[in-house]
Amino acid sequence: MFIEFYFLLRELKIPVSIKEYLTLMEALDKRLIRTSMEFYYIARAILIKDEKFYDSFDLAFAKYFKDKEIPLEILEDLIRAIEKELEQLKFDVPREFYEKLYSMDIEKLKEELRKKLEEQGTEPHKYGDQMVGTRGTSPFGAGGEHPGGIRIGGYGGMQLATKIAEKRKFRNYRSDRIIDIRSYQVALKKLRNLTRDSNREELDLEKTIDKTCQQFGEIDLIFRKERKNNLKVLLLMDVGGSMDPFADIVSRLFSAANKSTHFKEFKYFYFHNVPYTKLYRDIELETHELTAEVIKKLDPETRVILVGDAAMAPNELTHIYGSIHIWEETYTPGVVWLNRIKEKCPKSVWLNPEIVSGWKPYTRGVIEKIFPMFDLSIDGLEEAIKTLV
Amino acid sequence: MGFEKYSGSYDYIAGDSLQSIVNVAIALRRPLLVKGEPGTGKTLLAKSIADSLGLRLITWNIKSTSKAIDGSYVYDTIQRLNDSRFGSKVRNVDKVEDYIVLGQLGEAFISDEQIVLLIDEIDKADVEFPNDLLQELDVMEFYIPELQKIVKAKHRPIVIITSNNEKELPDAFLRRCVFHFIEFPDEQLMRDIVKVHYPDIKENILKAVLDKFYELREYNQLKKKPSTSELIDWILVLLKSGINEEQLKQKGFPFLGALIKKEQDMDYLTKFKGIS
Repeated sequence: MFIEFYFLLRELKIPVSIKEYLTLMEALDKRLIRTSMEFYYIARAILIKDEKFYDSFDLAFAKYFKDKEIPLEILEDLIRAIEKELEQLKFDVPREFYEKLYSMDIEKLKEELRKKLEEQGTEPHKYGDQMVGTRGTSPFGAGGEHPGGIRIGGYGGMQLATKIAEKRKFRNYRSDRIIDIRSYQVALKKLRNLTRDSNREELDLEKTIDKTCQQFGEIDLIFRKERKNNLKVLLLMDVGGSMDPFADIVSRLFSAANKSTHFKEFKYFYFHNVPYTKLYRDIELETHELTAEVIKKLDPETRVILVGDAAMAPNELTHIYGSIHIWEETYTPGVVWLNRIKEKCPKSVWLNPEIVSGWKPYTRGVIEKIFPMFDLSIDGLEEAIKTLV
Repeated sequence: MGFEKYSGSYDYIAGDSLQSIVNVAIALRRPLLVKGEPGTGKTLLAKSIADSLGLRLITWNIKSTSKAIDGSYVYDTIQRLNDSRFGSKVRNVDKVEDYIVLGQLGEAFISDEQIVLLIDEIDKADVEFPNDLLQELDVMEFYIPELQKIVKAKHRPIVIITSNNEKELPDAFLRRCVFHFIEFPDEQLMRDIVKVHYPDIKENILKAVLDKFYELREYNQLKKKPSTSELIDWILVLLKSGINEEQLKQKGFPFLGALIKKEQDMDYLTKFKGIS
């Protein structure tokens, strides 16, 4: 059951395993799920293990269950259950309700139920006397006190749960969105992994004492890796026009990371489109250092992180005199400068705030061949850091 | 229904979804992993489950130095070494079991009644920590090589695990858990929560207080947004001061210090936003 739903989740890149799918089946089997709302929450609790996938789950849920009819066998179950309960409660049922129920055909009953569910909106319902829900006195619902109440079990009427799913209130927890202020903290946490680059070892005094004691005085020295952060980071950011806000966020992100983890060396420069002969110290592109000088001074172990949309006119990247700024002497094409950076510091990446699907700018393709390119999202950042460390 | 047990406790409001998830986790005999913003009541959930089911709660607070084996048992070698040299009246140096101390997991296993075991802030420990617990949580037993003895759970404990998202947890571990992310309570739920603490609070005051509280949470630049526990404290201060609705509706936040704990945040609000 719901096997297509499982594949739909996999398609949306949610890491759901067979084991979890079987757990959900087990829960259904043990009749732990009785309403569509419960199905939504419990399926989510069993299948999804990170809130960043909640939104994808909502999408899949809405897509899969939106137009699903109540499965026929469940509907028949429902009718049988109603008849059984009626049989038991024959004497307590108000006459008019009893008659009303028997005068309804399946279609009508379905319609009535659907109407109630839609009226009710998305709030789970308790103790009411009109709506479908738990513990109420309405004729529909579970655990109710209506004398002739009909138990609504199973997972028919997915509309209610899909409505919750369609709200997509977990959209902000997605990790493939472009980083903004809200996801800033999470991104910072990921950046903290950008630490420790040392093979030196130091004596672990505590473990040494422990081990020595365990061996009744036989001394055993234990070493561990030094915890000092030896990482050098160079940040190069594309500014001008649409890229400015991203440059701002990225520079703040890395400055904050630097404050908390203390890179051994942290520098940043700005450029427009691609670096040519000059790298700028300010976003207004006024004071500069010569790119050749910067590269010369770079430690080959430095991690270089470039941020930009990698989209420009092809000649700006590959032709001589490519820069659109007349004040720049650019006999050497930008692509050559990029290659020089890459050659000096092999551990470099490019972060791109532009998410492409389908067509991508020609220049992006060229740059992707030089630097591994990642989306400027939490996921992208994580992947990029894995490449760098 | 036999499995439906947990339905919140008198001092803890659990949303409907959380209740059914707790009950499913218990019925499926899977650990329940809970994540959420600080102050959404992750830790209190375990206490509430224990209270509501009438079971004893054992808490295992995880630190960055915690090891999985510590939860099972600790072999106190240093004590034994010490005793072997200086002697002991209570312990027998020749008997290794005198130096085996059970951890929280071990305690939960040998208990004669079912236990609610809270493993608090599992993400603080080393990345391998959760994986080292797999066997114990799956089969609910562990082996003590020093004693050549297997400790098996008499009653499968109800395991609640909390995480603050500081580290990613391993997939193999996650696959075995039921997961729930506690959202920050919306105004309706918050109303219920406040009423549990202050049943006599006047409706107009409550409304004004909550409006202010959610207004403050709108400032995304805050390093630590005020959470439920700060709100509860704040209301206590406000009620003690005998503030009325009119005063609350004015601009500004009286007793802001009860809501904002970080100096930076305080500076930000007073200097840049003109709030006092």
